[in-house]
Amino acid sequence: MINNSQKLNTKLFDKKVEQVPIRSGFGDGLVIAGEKNPQVVGLCADLTESTKMNLFADKFPKRFVEIGVAEQNLAGVASGMSAMGKIPFISSYAMFSPGRNWEQIRTTICYNDRPVVIAGSHAGVSVGPDGGTHQAIEDIAITRVIPNMIVFSPCDHIEARKVTIASATLGKPVYIRLAREKTPVMTTDETPFEVGGAQLFYGEEMKKADVGIIATGALVYRALQVAETLKKENISAKVLNIATIKPLDVSGVTEIAKTCGAIVTVEEHQIAGGMGSAVAEALSQNFPVPIEFIGVHDKFGQSGTQDELLEHYGMSETEILNACKKVITRKV
Amino acid sequence: MISNVTDEKIKFLEEKAKDIRISIIEMLVAAGSGHSAGPLGMADIFATLYFFILRHDPKNPSWKERDRLILSNGHINPVLYATMAHAGYFPVKELLTLRKFKSRLQGHPHREFLPMLETSSGPLGSGLSQAVGMAIADRMDFGKTSDRFFYCLMSDGELDEGQSWEAVLLAGKEKLGNLIVIVDRNNIQIDGYTENIMPLEPLSHKFESFGFHVEEIDGHNFSEIIGAIGRAQAVFDGPSVIIARTIPGKGVSFMERDYKWHGSPPGTEMKGEPPKDEQAKIALHELRTLGGQIKSEHE
Repeated sequence: MINNSQKLNTKLFDKKVEQVPIRSGFGDGLVIAGEKNPQVVGLCADLTESTKMNLFADKFPKRFVEIGVAEQNLAGVASGMSAMGKIPFISSYAMFSPGRNWEQIRTTICYNDRPVVIAGSHAGVSVGPDGGTHQAIEDIAITRVIPNMIVFSPCDHIEARKVTIASATLGKPVYIRLAREKTPVMTTDETPFEVGGAQLFYGEEMKKADVGIIATGALVYRALQVAETLKKENISAKVLNIATIKPLDVSGVTEIAKTCGAIVTVEEHQIAGGMGSAVAEALSQNFPVPIEFIGVHDKFGQSGTQDELLEHYGMSETEILNACKKVITRKV
Repeated sequence: MISNVTDEKIKFLEEKAKDIRISIIEMLVAAGSGHSAGPLGMADIFATLYFFILRHDPKNPSWKERDRLILSNGHINPVLYATMAHAGYFPVKELLTLRKFKSRLQGHPHREFLPMLETSSGPLGSGLSQAVGMAIADRMDFGKTSDRFFYCLMSDGELDEGQSWEAVLLAGKEKLGNLIVIVDRNNIQIDGYTENIMPLEPLSHKFESFGFHVEEIDGHNFSEIIGAIGRAQAVFDGPSVIIARTIPGKGVSFMERDYKWHGSPPGTEMKGEPPKDEQAKIALHELRTLGGQIKSEHE
């Protein structure tokens, strides 16, 4: 059952659950961050509206720089501005930033340990009709591998707002992974959020369960649905939400492994190098248990609807459900 | 603004450039690897900047009001380190730790090791973006009343990088009168001569068409360097670029204008060059006796 201490949306499992794009939370959060700190500035590479940075640009036009379609310059200019005391937020599609400008992010931002926040919108195959060129499913891997970088992957627009506000205060390079589509609102303003802390959305702390699902981003919602389905089949599950992929909440991840003895990771990303890999790295050293990975199996995306693509690439609720049952049979 | 340049001042800068070149050779020999040609070619410009132009305080490197010098082509950092040491940022003897394990003087500049650097660099084509970002941030805070300047030093070879031109576009758009770019026009890159590898000419026209004020100078003539920077400082409504024609390897007869010395230190076995064990001795002798002012046989 839903973990009440997380103060989640009470209408979470209603058919008409409210749906809002995750990127909207970034737009709202950036305005709040800008109000709190005059050093916060915004830079965008010709995608100001689609990344929701237009809210900031409208409110603080003198603190906004339109860079044009030039993501490499976007990263370098932000690094330079941070050297002068600014806290730059840069936005584009995840495929282009941190995709195209990865080396500039590594060298000018992370190697210099500059407090630049990289917001990558339209991540995952759910972008849909645009096709594989625009579906970033490698971005977690390429950001979490860079020293000094903090990596966030919020599950809904409220969490995205909290992540964005927090990012302006960390004094470190940050990557925020955002999705374009409307996403069910799971959390509330009261849901506790902590940088580097995983949250148990489903199940009871310290209690045993049959399987632990560790999920990130919009797919957390599908993980919760699966937990409900499993309950009807008398299989108990926990769902751990990972909003901070790096630094990973190793103790939270270890705890769910200890109490469940089997783990399924769920993310809209390549299995190689993603959140599931980070979980596996942590568990193999701390508390090895069987793991099944839900994610993209070394393939590029293509055009289609969100549901068609999630099903085709193995990230549907059925796939998550089957993975849960399979991993339980693997328990020693 | 720049005060009058006296003969005495130029003599002083010549001496500093000589010391810097000698240190470059000594540190490259101690390191056993590194770039020779670019650092020697830029010694006169570095001496002029650190000993005449820049508003800076070597004893207080984080002084907020300082001008900023961003080295984009990080591989010529022997000249940056040597100049900073002679200017008093750190002991000259530390130069001999270049490229060694745990040294503050990393093979390419890294400000986590040496925080007094304005940035880390090495991967080409990124420095101008950062300088543009700094200049924009300064404009945001102080408007055009700020008299702080942002000097970006870059190579001609790195103008092959597309990002350089992304930054040039933005500098023009933002009319950054506080930005002064100095291009080391030495005509060489690792694979050969720039006009064979990837032609850049007409370079001054390119910059002009992007909205830059352009100066073309002899990068070894102190009066010209100082004059061009002074005129660039006086341009308020847009960025400036100084295309400084330099002789790679300047001051060492067997290195001058030879692209083979782009990425090699003295002590490298090379066809048609002095025996490797004698290269450093010859280089130091020439620098000490002629002070970098020898005429190249190609001239």
